[in-house]
Amino acid sequence: MSDFLTSDKLPGLVQAAYIIAAVLFIAALAGLSRHETAKRGNLAGMVGMGLALVATLLLAARRAELPDPLDHWRGLGSTLGVIVVAMLIGAAIGAWRARTVQMTGMPELVAILHSFVGLAAVLVGINSFLDPEAPTIGSLGTIHEVEVFIGVFIGAVTFTGSIVANLKLSAKMKSTPLALPGRHLLNLAIIVLSVALLVWFMNDHDHGIVPLLLMTALALALGFHLVAAIGGGDMPVVVSMLNSYSGWAAAAAGFLLDNDLLIITGSLVGSSGAILSYIMCKAMNRSFISVIAGGFGSDGAVSGEARDYGEHREIQAAEAAELLADATSVVITPGYGMAVAQAQYPVAELTARLRARGVDVRFGIHPVAGRLPGHMNVLLAEARVPYDIVLEMDEINADFASTDVVLVIGANDTVNPAALDEPGSPIAGMPVLEVWHARDVIVFKRSMATGYAGVQNPLFFKENSRMLFGDAKDRVEDIVRALPS
Amino acid sequence: MRIGIPRESKAGETLVAATPKTASQLIGLGYEVVVESGAGLLADQPDAAYAEAGVTVVPADEVWESDVVVKVNAPTPAEIRTLRPQATVVSLMAPARSPELVERLHQAGVTALAMDAVPRISRAQSMDVLSSMANVAGYRAVIEAAHVFGRQFTGQVTAAGKVPPARVFVVGAGVAGLAAIGAAGAMGAVVRAFDVRPEVAEQVESMGAQFVTVDMEQEVSSDGYAKEMTAEQVAATAAMYDEEARNADIVITTALIPGRPAPVLVTADTVAGMANGSVIVDMAAANGGNCELTRADERVVTDNLVTILGYTDLAGRLAAQTSQLYGTNVVNLFKLLTPAKDGQLVLDLDDVVQRGITVTHGGELLWPPPPVQVSAAPAAAPVVAAEPVAPKPPPDPRRKVYAAALGAVLFAVLAAYAPGPFLNHFTVFVLAVFVGYYVISNVAHALHTPLMSETNAISGIILVGGILQVGSTNPAIAVLATAAVLVASINIFGGFLVTLRMLEMFRKD
Repeated sequence: MSDFLTSDKLPGLVQAAYIIAAVLFIAALAGLSRHETAKRGNLAGMVGMGLALVATLLLAARRAELPDPLDHWRGLGSTLGVIVVAMLIGAAIGAWRARTVQMTGMPELVAILHSFVGLAAVLVGINSFLDPEAPTIGSLGTIHEVEVFIGVFIGAVTFTGSIVANLKLSAKMKSTPLALPGRHLLNLAIIVLSVALLVWFMNDHDHGIVPLLLMTALALALGFHLVAAIGGGDMPVVVSMLNSYSGWAAAAAGFLLDNDLLIITGSLVGSSGAILSYIMCKAMNRSFISVIAGGFGSDGAVSGEARDYGEHREIQAAEAAELLADATSVVITPGYGMAVAQAQYPVAELTARLRARGVDVRFGIHPVAGRLPGHMNVLLAEARVPYDIVLEMDEINADFASTDVVLVIGANDTVNPAALDEPGSPIAGMPVLEVWHARDVIVFKRSMATGYAGVQNPLFFKENSRMLFGDAKDRVEDIVRALPS
Repeated sequence: MRIGIPRESKAGETLVAATPKTASQLIGLGYEVVVESGAGLLADQPDAAYAEAGVTVVPADEVWESDVVVKVNAPTPAEIRTLRPQATVVSLMAPARSPELVERLHQAGVTALAMDAVPRISRAQSMDVLSSMANVAGYRAVIEAAHVFGRQFTGQVTAAGKVPPARVFVVGAGVAGLAAIGAAGAMGAVVRAFDVRPEVAEQVESMGAQFVTVDMEQEVSSDGYAKEMTAEQVAATAAMYDEEARNADIVITTALIPGRPAPVLVTADTVAGMANGSVIVDMAAANGGNCELTRADERVVTDNLVTILGYTDLAGRLAAQTSQLYGTNVVNLFKLLTPAKDGQLVLDLDDVVQRGITVTHGGELLWPPPPVQVSAAPAAAPVVAAEPVAPKPPPDPRRKVYAAALGAVLFAVLAAYAPGPFLNHFTVFVLAVFVGYYVISNVAHALHTPLMSETNAISGIILVGGILQVGSTNPAIAVLATAAVLVASINIFGGFLVTLRMLEMFRKD
């Protein structure tokens, strides 16, 4: 065993394992492009991760076994022991969270997982600086120092940013944007200060830890402030943006550890998050740059010009059930409200009952519905709604004109005709589900309050729309009960 | 003024120009209405019913003395002679195809209004008698075909074997064609349809039939009626007609060209190639027929036992219904002609509808009217695009070039000064970003949440950094590294497991 660990063939083998792991990670993400291959993709990711871990453990063991004249490394037993214990604890926590998390709580879980990547990046970065074997002189040393600095910076921003996102999503922190005076200047000042600290850090080899820790504190504050300034409704973009940041943090760690696998994985995750944010931005008609820089959507709730849209009309569950029973095609457009009310199960039952009656039921999902990209799909899948009747906005928008009844469950801004009709509206230009073309629209809502964007929704006052007030879950259950059997 | 409703003199005609119900509506417009005894008998409207509705039942000569005579069929020469000089006569006239009739009406000095010359504009739909009669006729054509056809229309699987559905091919998707498509479809047949106007494909499909296409350019109609095709189009369509008709059990043809004989679409050869027991209903029989073998008003059975129905009175075979519809069209016309609702007929020749139907008036010959552009062809009408709301000025294309150049210069500087190992890593980094871009762009929207947790799991690979540092003898490093290993493991296990959990929930029926 000892021979194998100390043989000079091992690093080559480890490198090979890393390459295979990188390929498997790419395969994992590629597999997610379609439902049919998604599970295989996840499996590829697990295998790749297992391979990389085993290879790294071997590498760690090798370090412990190799002659160590400077006494930098401890023995094999204690090293592996610590690793295994730490991993077991982590695995237990991770598995427990994965098993118990509510599907409506996915955004919070994803956000907190991002924060772990950020935290790990900070720890690894600082460690790499403390590492006595790291290069300290010449251009390699300079590069290494810059890498440490950047890695820790991104990691720290990701860490606190994700924690704030998690708190906002789980409503432990107020979701309204935090509006400090001159907050853009504040962010800029932090970045300028960090650059100054970088210069100090690179020129003071004896006390480099001081500027590094100072910068870490600043970056933590920046992460907190960036996300705190964003309202709860824009969390889908924030979460995918933090996903991207966490990837870049991992890539930076890869640079400073000379590890290509980390660089590849980090870049994959980084570009993945960036593309997701880009898709979200397009769906909300916002500029990509303003989101990446943070602080967007923070201009508070601007309500458009006050306008009298007339009277809205109400409908009761029994009447709605009748409408649905007589319809031939029904489209359900869920929003965050469905997640809040945990209405996905009754909605799924309603769907099954209607489909059994021969009604063509489909779902139309707006790209930013929910608090996470694809959030609605996951909730509906949890409730066992077949995914082939769950369609995207672009797929279903043309069909509303031939639809009998649309149920708008807990969605507001994503079905707001003002986005198309009123150039002065704060959401003008955002593509929306054009539900109002259907024969009847039933809007499930707790009250007549505005949606996240703080814009009144003329849909509620259209002639063919009726409001069904109350908790979405209760109301859908009422409809299911009232359906003629 | 008095409106007279005579009994139709045409042999076999079952219709009447006003039912008791529509007559009472005419009375409501201020007119006095008289009806010839027995006029409505064949349409199930006895004299007593008229009397009950306030209509006076009178002998024929009194009817013809009325100020206005409303008929279904065009007045015969004898009937025209009995009209009063200043009288108005309203009926179907087919003025484009009946120059003699028009001339006679001109000579008689009467005002003649042709019900079948109503322009096909939206406002005039309520008096478009051709549409209302064609609707009934299309339905009846299917019924007649079903009556002659030796099988059921609907397909069934029974203990006594499988019954295939009847295949119906409808030519011409005008009102009659669409009505036939609807009726045949409702009876369970598989319906295919063709029309030379490609813009009606949508209407055909909306009725549940499949639209047959011919691969060539077709003209968009501008007057709501089909036009006769060019020679080259005919060749391509003829082959299609032949093939479709041979494959069909029932062929219903409705192709008419206004003012011209009906085009022959189903040749004798085609009929010879059709299966025994097939049925052709030729709704254009009155105008010469779309089938070469059609004889108007007759049922022809060919040698290969194909039945060809050339009935011209399809609408009349539903006399009560058609009379009611015709009568309602007449009432709507009189609403237009009686603006004051005072029983005084006022003809306004500046109105495009009234001008369109007026054949003769005050001794003047007013036929043909100036052409009316109708909006039946959506594609032909230039759609006025809404003014785009302040489009963003496209970004200066040079900006991209500048950005790319700046990037290249920065990269060159970096490459020149950076040591080799860094450049190797940087190469990997750039390539991975691009791979990530292309891989992620393909991910389905529905899978974005699993994608996030998956990427979360694999970012846990940062654990590698922790593992390598745990063994350090520097306690600070060891503690930090252990913490890193711990949190990264949460990520790896949590991420993969929650992804798996989500993916297992996705199901397909």
